[in-house]
Amino acid sequence: MLKSRREIIALAVLGLTLALAFVFTPPVLAQQPTPSDDQVNAIAHQLYCPVCENVPLDVCPTQACAQWRELIREKLAAGWSEQQIKNYFVAQYGERVLAAPPRRGLNWLVYILPPLFILGGVYLVYRVLRGSRPAGAAATPLSPPPATPQPLSPDDEYLRRVEEELRKREQA
Amino acid sequence: MLANFGFGVLVITFLLSLYGIGAAVWGIHRKSPTWVDSARAAMMLTWPLITLSALSLIVLLLTNQFQVNFVYQVTSRSMPLYLKITALWGGQEGSLVFWSWLMSSFASAVTLRKWERDREFLPWVIIVALVTLTFFLGLVIFVENPFARYWQTPGGQTIIAMIPPAGATALIPPDGNGLNPLLRHPGMIAHPPMLYLGFVSFVIPYSFAIAALVTGRTDDRWIRLTRRWTLVAWLFLSIGLVLGMRWAYDVLGWGGYWGWDPVEIAALMPWLSGTAFLHSVMIQEKRGLMKRWNMILIILTYDLVIFGTFLTRSGVLSSVHAFAQSSIGPLFFGFIGLTFIISLALLLYRWNDLRSEGEMNSLLSRESLFLLNNLLFMSILAVCFWGVIYPLISELFTGQKVTVGPPFYQSTTGPLFAGLLLLMGIAPLSAWGHSSMKLLGRHILKPLVFSLVLLAVAAFWLKVTLWAALLGFWLVAFVGSVTLYEYGRAVLARRRATRENLLAALWHLAARNRRRYGGYIIHLGVIMMALGVIGIDMFQTQTQGTLKQGQSLQLDGYTITYNSLAVFDTNDNRNVARAVVSVSKDGRFLAELHPRRDYYYESQQPMTIPGLRTTLADDIYVILVDWQPISAQGATFKVYHNPLVLWMWLGGIVFILGTLVAAWPEPDPEAAIERVKRRATAPARA
Amino acid sequence: MAEVTTERTPAVRATRSLPAWAVVLAFILLLGFLAIIGLGLKRTQQGPIAVGQPVPPLTLTTFDGQQIHTADLKGKIILINFWASWCDPCKTEAPILESAWQEYKDSGQVVFLGVDYVDTEPEARAFMAAYNITYINGPDLGTRIAQTFRIRGVPENYILGPNGKLGYALIGGFESLDQVKSAIEQVRSDPRMQ
Repeated sequence: MLKSRREIIALAVLGLTLALAFVFTPPVLAQQPTPSDDQVNAIAHQLYCPVCENVPLDVCPTQACAQWRELIREKLAAGWSEQQIKNYFVAQYGERVLAAPPRRGLNWLVYILPPLFILGGVYLVYRVLRGSRPAGAAATPLSPPPATPQPLSPDDEYLRRVEEELRKREQA
Repeated sequence: MLANFGFGVLVITFLLSLYGIGAAVWGIHRKSPTWVDSARAAMMLTWPLITLSALSLIVLLLTNQFQVNFVYQVTSRSMPLYLKITALWGGQEGSLVFWSWLMSSFASAVTLRKWERDREFLPWVIIVALVTLTFFLGLVIFVENPFARYWQTPGGQTIIAMIPPAGATALIPPDGNGLNPLLRHPGMIAHPPMLYLGFVSFVIPYSFAIAALVTGRTDDRWIRLTRRWTLVAWLFLSIGLVLGMRWAYDVLGWGGYWGWDPVEIAALMPWLSGTAFLHSVMIQEKRGLMKRWNMILIILTYDLVIFGTFLTRSGVLSSVHAFAQSSIGPLFFGFIGLTFIISLALLLYRWNDLRSEGEMNSLLSRESLFLLNNLLFMSILAVCFWGVIYPLISELFTGQKVTVGPPFYQSTTGPLFAGLLLLMGIAPLSAWGHSSMKLLGRHILKPLVFSLVLLAVAAFWLKVTLWAALLGFWLVAFVGSVTLYEYGRAVLARRRATRENLLAALWHLAARNRRRYGGYIIHLGVIMMALGVIGIDMFQTQTQGTLKQGQSLQLDGYTITYNSLAVFDTNDNRNVARAVVSVSKDGRFLAELHPRRDYYYESQQPMTIPGLRTTLADDIYVILVDWQPISAQGATFKVYHNPLVLWMWLGGIVFILGTLVAAWPEPDPEAAIERVKRRATAPARA
Repeated sequence: MAEVTTERTPAVRATRSLPAWAVVLAFILLLGFLAIIGLGLKRTQQGPIAVGQPVPPLTLTTFDGQQIHTADLKGKIILINFWASWCDPCKTEAPILESAWQEYKDSGQVVFLGVDYVDTEPEARAFMAAYNITYINGPDLGTRIAQTFRIRGVPENYILGPNGKLGYALIGGFESLDQVKSAIEQVRSDPRMQ
């Protein structure tokens, strides 16, 4: 039983404070559930072990790599985004942790040279094919086989080979 | 004693091959067949000698002679017998001896044939083969000697040498290191020999090409002579690569088969130029075109083979950096550079003699399509080479280390491989010399429609929406339809003519034109592999979690439950933690898997073996994560769901069958001519 | 060598023979490329910076956020120790280095810089606390300092003389206090380092 007015007021203040506390306490963002292995691996998969050669971070078995995966887990729990974590790794360990060289400076060559080379190849092929004229105009008299519309049937193949052997013998 | 013997024999072989080179050169200079025959005899004598040396090394391995450095590195008492033999190629020194033995075997086999028609080739083929052999023997003798032993100097130091310094005593370790656990897998036992077989066999067409360039016989004789070698070399290299992929899948524990590691790429590059070469020589044979290009291709393949040999020397994955830092790097670099320059110089010397005998008349003719095929292969090769070289260049010019990883390779080579698949579908329909859209269109229509129907069915039934996957599936269906359609048409035509049953028709058809139908079967193998690649690369999913006994992980409808764990020691000196895991789907039990972690005491290395459930549709791949504690209370598992991956291995088998068909010796054309002649004159006699 | 003609028909359209400039260009490109690879190889073969060579100015950001520049430390002897928390030999070396530091820290002429190579901060701090390390330490951001010395692993130790040149290099860890002291004294008395 409440004894005095003061006690009522004290109780009310307590109750009000508690109520307000529930209303105004922001959701505790930093206390997310621990990031799962899958979440860690999704990021680790895109990074490379800074010490071993060409080993992705999610499968690297060394103790150092395990530490780095835990580091990712910590950063994820602290709310960092994937890009932030990657940037952190680059700042700490250099650009070799990324799966592809960042597009900067000399590294542009990585992305530009292959297409250039392929284009060069296409050009060469074009030159070779361009030098061709429609069948009949510049077809050499002895170039085998004569233009047949069908793929050769097995019997033609046989005869053709025999003919060619004979021709070779004439030439030798 | 035996080590000294083996080494001595090797030195004799080295001197013998030097002699062979000298004799061949002298024979050419003096136009003397006697000297050339002497060189030939020297060539063939190297084989029994190297065999002796290799055998002595194997005996040393089998009898636990741990004072020999190589034996110590790769064997131990607890290893089973067969592993001790295969340890020959488990380390760099031994694998160099093995490579030399293969080189000697193949070169001797080539020199055994009749040479009457090609006398002028013989000395040059011998020279090229012996130069290569001498290089590898030189490496073994002077740099990476497998017969070197441990000695203790009077001063207490331990040294490794062939000849002991004065007063030194032999040091015999009680037991060896043992073979790297990663290498104790059937795939890894067969993978290096297969790869080496492929590498070494490509040296033969190269020798003939150089012979052709030097002697001026630049017609396609050298191609005809080495046609079968090229095919067989290509087969071995392909099998070697597929075995490597299977090993990576089974043992390396990351649920994949190809990591675009520079070492893998170094083995892939000769395959790329070799496949381009395989197709391109057909253009020269049929139309007399592309002679210069074929020379370039075979020279490239040879140097890539030497490069690839080095990088994958002991079968243990190492890195480009390890290559660069070892003492052997500059020697290989020098050899590759020198042979490349000399070959190129020869090619330029004969440039005018290699003029094409015509031109490509039609854009859609088979030779044009083969040309496009070459363009695509070369582009992939350029991308791979650039990706491997760039980190070195970056470090050289900017001091910055970078990684060129899978995203780069996948996005650049993906479309190129897709283009190759498309060509595989169109090329069988086009003719040598001339083809046109109308002609192609007529033949393409039925397979095209069929493949589109298949695609629609697959897309709706499997609910595939990824456009790259749809394109990939369509290409697979298209090429399969075309190949089967062509085969089918020919079988029907034959049956109409000869009234044979189906199987006989299939058999005789393939027998009459082995190259074509062998090629079709190989292409079928390729698309089966492509199907597997699409499945695993585009649809793989994974999950990882720590489980207590009885708990499960979920992945794509599958439930993987941790049942129990057994930990025990085996009698070959390892500790095994073997988990029992059950896989079920929709409540229905499917399989019990046993992923395990093997810990090898002597090398202190762990290895994880996945539990694998394989069906045509997909693989469930469960692995024990060994950097987390493994106990009956809790263990961490990683589960991969790999759709369609079995098709890769099945495709590999079909590859082999197809190549056997294509490479099977055809009846001798000369005998055929005799038969034709007899048939022509027979009616007159009758 | 028999000269066998390879022309099968005279009707073949004469293709242009390869012009000289193309030959020269092909060779230049090829040799240039080989040279690049060769240089790259040679560089990787070279090991760490050789004793007697000048060391470029380095910047170390300590765990507390300070920036230490070796350029500001000219005239002093700098001992650079590469370590990592995941490195076992470094654990043996740490107390040796700390006791060496205790002897030299008051002289004002010697500076110890611990460079933490590809490590994680919590583990690094735990390592330093475990061995009571008081000298300056910082992570090797971007592995730049390691790349300058082209180190091959940890631990490795380098001592710079007062004039900024490399006076001493040790691939591996120090095994005793005397070894550290004699190394420092060796650099101090080396005339090339003054």
